[in-house]
Amino acid sequence: MAGSKEIRAKIKSVENTRKITRAMEMVAAAKMRKAQERMRASRPYAEKIRNVAARLSRANPEYEHSFLDKRENIENVGLIVVTSDKGLCGGLNTNILRLAVSRLHNWEGEGKGIVVCPIGNKGLGFMSRIGAKVKSNLTGLGDTPHIEKLIGAVKVMLDAYAAGEIDAIYLSYNHFVNTMKQEPRVEQLLPLSDEQLGTAQGNWGNWDYLYEPEAKQVIDDLLVRYIESLVYQAVVENMASEQSARMVAMKAASDNAKSVIGDLKLVYNKARQAAITREISEIVSGAAAVG
Amino acid sequence: MVMTEKVDAVSAKEALFPGTVHVDVVSAEEALFSGLAEMVIVPGEMGELGIYPRHTPLMTRIKPGSVRIKRPDQEQEVLIYVSGGMLEVQPSVVTILADTAIRGADLDETRALEAKRAAEDVIKNRTSDIDYAQAQAELLEAIAQLRAIQQLRKQAGH
Repeated sequence: MAGSKEIRAKIKSVENTRKITRAMEMVAAAKMRKAQERMRASRPYAEKIRNVAARLSRANPEYEHSFLDKRENIENVGLIVVTSDKGLCGGLNTNILRLAVSRLHNWEGEGKGIVVCPIGNKGLGFMSRIGAKVKSNLTGLGDTPHIEKLIGAVKVMLDAYAAGEIDAIYLSYNHFVNTMKQEPRVEQLLPLSDEQLGTAQGNWGNWDYLYEPEAKQVIDDLLVRYIESLVYQAVVENMASEQSARMVAMKAASDNAKSVIGDLKLVYNKARQAAITREISEIVSGAAAVG
Repeated sequence: MVMTEKVDAVSAKEALFPGTVHVDVVSAEEALFSGLAEMVIVPGEMGELGIYPRHTPLMTRIKPGSVRIKRPDQEQEVLIYVSGGMLEVQPSVVTILADTAIRGADLDETRALEAKRAAEDVIKNRTSDIDYAQAQAELLEAIAQLRAIQQLRKQAGH
């Protein structure tokens, strides 16, 4: 029975791999549900704050916040890239990084300076390997990202924008379409466009709020929170995308392992059958020689 | 447009409970409360605010503290702790945009510095030019791997 022991060992090892990929698939499925839940839960806030910000920007044309005014010459661009902390999630990070790199390449072709803010280990590793100028970064968000952790990394970019070091900020992440489909996206974060705020449509009236203590402070705080909520949404959406991509990738891995096991079992059984046949013919011919 | 629809729905509900105002308490991570109230008490930055229906439009920051909501049909007030945030009042809608983190200029600055330091550690031994060749190579490799996997899968008939 030549090689049958090795085949058995191989089958065992593939079975173990399959157990792991199956477990990862189920873990990813459970986490995906939670991540989708979080994605939904963060929407009311974003919607509300967007409405308030839109009204503020309409009601206060005299106060020009730097987030709202469009700059003539865009010399430097900031890009926030949201990726996952861990791998084994198919082409998810590759897709988003590919899109990000093509954008960076275009901007550099136009002679613009570039700073990046990678969120997530994969993006950080990639950006530092290719030598991009990393302005701030954030890793180790875990399974439940908290907005508290994002504040610092986002503030560095916002401060740079307010100081005029960068003239536009873009945000790239994987948009969650459904479990099977995630779509890499690059969106403009700053300056805030009218389409984003939705000020162009709708009947807004012309009343204004009373502000306490002062309009300026309230608007400043609100716009920073609005940007943070947009980044937070990108992070939770990316996380839902990550878990579903991982689930799909692990399901494919489990299926592959299953077919490998099937093939190996076939080879093993053939070898076993051949060995038995050979043994019988040996016994028969031996008996014939004696008799 | 979404807003006007919402306001219509709210005024329809208001007809059932006259003298109430619709209150939404939302944080970036979840919606905390949504419903009608006779009165809301909010820890405003300039002092505690009690808001009744048909309040004049108001916008203010709020301090860490608890928001108390008196619902029309219940004795018990709803108590929600917020670590700061913003309050927006319209005559028929009160929105509280709650923070989930304690905020402050100093605290935010510390957080920003941390993020900056983390980035500086990464780029300590870096040239400033982006090596597109390397980026391309790395991405192509990853794409090639993915494609190879797909082909293998196809070959295996799955």
